[in-house]
Amino acid sequence: MTASTTDIHTQVLPIFQRKRVIAIAWPLVIIFYLGYTLFSFDILGLGERVNLQNAKTLVSDAYSYKTHVTLDNRNGETSVSIEGERKGTYPDGIAPEWVTLGADQTADTLVDLGDGYLVTLGETVRFEIPDYGTFTATPGRTGVNATFPAGDLPDWISASKNRVAITTDAGRLSVTRNRSEVFKYAYGWELFFFTLDSPYHGMGIATLASHAFSGEAGAIANDFWTNKMWRHGDVAWALVETVLMAFLGTFGAAIIALPLGFLAAKNFTPLGSLRFAARRVFDFLRGVDGLIWTIILSRAFGPGPLTGSLAILLTDTGSFGKMFSEALENVDEKQIEGISSTGAKPLQRYRFGVIPQITPVLLSQVLYYFESNTRSATIIGAITGGGIGLLLTQAIATQKDWEEVSYYIVLIILLVMSMDSLSGWLRNKLIKGDEGGH
Amino acid sequence: MTDISEIQTHYMAQARRKRGLNGILLILFVALLVAGFMTANDRNAGGFWDGLPNALDFPADVASEAIARVAYLPGYFVKYFPSLIETINIAGAATLFGAIGGLMASLLVTRGLAPFPWLIGPLRRVLDVLRAVPEIVVALVLIFMLGGGPIPAMLAIALHTVGALGKLFSEVNENASLKPVEGLASVGASWTQRMWLGVIPQVAPNYISYALLRFEINIRASAILGFVGAGGIGYDLRNTMSWGQGKFDEAAAIFLLLFITIVVVDQVSSWARDRLTHGKSSQRRVES
Repeated sequence: MTASTTDIHTQVLPIFQRKRVIAIAWPLVIIFYLGYTLFSFDILGLGERVNLQNAKTLVSDAYSYKTHVTLDNRNGETSVSIEGERKGTYPDGIAPEWVTLGADQTADTLVDLGDGYLVTLGETVRFEIPDYGTFTATPGRTGVNATFPAGDLPDWISASKNRVAITTDAGRLSVTRNRSEVFKYAYGWELFFFTLDSPYHGMGIATLASHAFSGEAGAIANDFWTNKMWRHGDVAWALVETVLMAFLGTFGAAIIALPLGFLAAKNFTPLGSLRFAARRVFDFLRGVDGLIWTIILSRAFGPGPLTGSLAILLTDTGSFGKMFSEALENVDEKQIEGISSTGAKPLQRYRFGVIPQITPVLLSQVLYYFESNTRSATIIGAITGGGIGLLLTQAIATQKDWEEVSYYIVLIILLVMSMDSLSGWLRNKLIKGDEGGH
Repeated sequence: MTDISEIQTHYMAQARRKRGLNGILLILFVALLVAGFMTANDRNAGGFWDGLPNALDFPADVASEAIARVAYLPGYFVKYFPSLIETINIAGAATLFGAIGGLMASLLVTRGLAPFPWLIGPLRRVLDVLRAVPEIVVALVLIFMLGGGPIPAMLAIALHTVGALGKLFSEVNENASLKPVEGLASVGASWTQRMWLGVIPQVAPNYISYALLRFEINIRASAILGFVGAGGIGYDLRNTMSWGQGKFDEAAAIFLLLFITIVVVDQVSSWARDRLTHGKSSQRRVES
C-alpha cells in the first residue's frame, strides 16, 4: 500500500513540476511578446505623436457646433454662418436671436454670448468679460491695437501685435487685422433636418405637421432629403450601395461556389486531379485576400459598388467552395440511394437527394457571411471608393466634419446590427421551414 | 381505397402549393440579384462589360514586370520582410490584447459566472457595438488623434477582437460545467480564483482555437489597415502601387509575401485548431 502511494507520488511530482513551469512560462512568453511588439511599434514615441488638440476638436465637434459671427474689417461686411461654411450661412439681414445686426453697414453688431459676456463688433471691437473687465481693439493697418484691463494677461488670452484670441466658456473671440470673429458653441448637430435656405428651418414638429397636412409634405420631404449640409439622400444611397455590395458578393459567390463545391467533394468527384484543382482554386481565391482583389479589380472597373461586390464575390467563392465541399462530403448516402432506386437521373438525384440535405447548412453559412460582409463592404468601400465607406473617409479627410463622421459611424453600427438581426431571423425562418422536407 | 386517393390529392395539392411558393421566392431572389447587379453596374465608375476584357491587364502588367526582373525578387523579399513582420505583429498583439479583453468580458457576461448580474445586459450591448464597428473606422479616427503608425491599427483591431471573441468565449463558458466552480466556492475561493482555476482550464482549448481563427482574420485586417496608412506591408503595397509602372515588380513581391503568409498561417492554424479540438491522437484530419 505504502509502496504504491509513493509510486504515485513520484509519478505525480514531475507532472506537477511541469505544470508549474508551464503556468509561469506562458504568461511570461505573452508578456515578453507584447513588450517586444509595443517597443517595435515605438510606443515611447507615441507621446510626441499624440495630438491632444485634434482629440479635443474631434470630441467636442461630435456633440456640439459653433456659429461664426464674422466682421470683415476691409469692407465692413458682417456675416453669420454655422461652422463658417458657405452652405450654413444665414441669408442677409437674418441672424439668430442672440445676434443684433447693425441697421446698416457702418453700424455695430451686438453679440450676446449670455451670462453677461457681450461682444460689440464694429470699427472698434469690445468684449465685456464678467469678473475681468472690458477688452477693446481697433484693428487696422498698424495691427489690432488692443487694450486690456490692468494686470497680467490670463492664460486664456493669447495676444500679439497682429492677432488676439480670447477663449471663454461662453464663446471665443478672435481679432486679426483683416477680420474680427466671434464663435459661439451650442450642443447638437446643426441644421440636421433643414438648412437655412429652407422655409422649414426652425419650425417645430407641430407646425411642420400642419404644413405637411396642408399639402406641403412633398416639399418638406424634398428639403430634408436634399439637405446640403447632411446630404441625407446621398447617405441613404451610400447605405444601399454598401448593402448591395454585400448582397451581390455573398449570393453571387454562393451561386458560383455550389457547382464548384461538388467538384471538390470526394464522394461526387471520383477524379482526384479535378478535385485537387478545384481545391487549389479555392485556396488561391481565399489566400489572395479581399485587399488584393479590390486593388486588382478597381484597376479594371474603376471605383464603385460593382468593384466592391466582385472583390467580395471572389474571396467568398473560395471560402464557400471549401465549406460547401466539406458539407457535401458529410451528406447521408442513404437518401441518394433511395432516390436512385426509383430510377432518378443524376441531376434528379442531386436535386432531391443532396440539395435538401445541405440547404439548411449552406443557407445558414451564407447568411452569416452576408452579415459579416456588410462590415467588409464598408472597409472595401473605403479603399475602392463606394458606399458609406467612401463618405466616411471623405468626412475624415476634411478633418473638421467630425459631427458627420460620428453620424456615419452611428449609421454603420445600426446597419451592421440590423443586418445581424435580419440574417439571424432569416436563418431561423428558412432553416425551420426546411425541416418539413421538400 | 377512397382514403388513399383523397390523401394523394391532398398531398399533391400541398406539394404544388409549396413548390409554387418556392418558385415565387426563387424568382424574387433572381430578380433582386439582377436588379442589384444593374444598379451596381450603373453606379460604378467603369461598367462591368467594358471592364471585363481589361480585368487581366493589370495582373498581366505586374506579372510581366516581375518575370522580367525575377532576379530582384529575393532582394525585395528581404527588403519588405520587416514590414511583413510588422503586419504580423500588429495582428498578433491585437489578437492577444483582444483575447485577454474578450476573456474578461466573456466571464462578466456569462449567466451563472458573472459577479455583477446587472452588468450583463449593458456589457453585451457594448460587445455588440465593438463587433459592429469596422476596424477601419476606429483606425482612421485613431490615426487622426495618435498620428500614423502601427499603434492605431493595433488598437482598432484589438477593440474589434474584444467584441468578437467576447461573444464566442461567452458561448463557450455557457457549456462549462459549474461543478468545479461550486467546489472551489465551497472551500472559500474568491471569484478570480474560481474563474482562473475552475472555468479557464475547462474552456482553454476552445478559447485558443477561436483566438487562432481570429488571428487568421486579423492578419488580413492588419494588411488592409496598412493600406489606409497604418504601417506594415499594406502601406508599402500602396506606395509601390501608386508609383505605378516601374515598381510593379516590388508590388508583385509584396503580393507574393502576403499570399504566402496568409496561406501558411491558415494552414498552421487549422492544423493547430484541429489538434486542440480533437486531441493529439486525432485521425480526423481531412484531406486538404
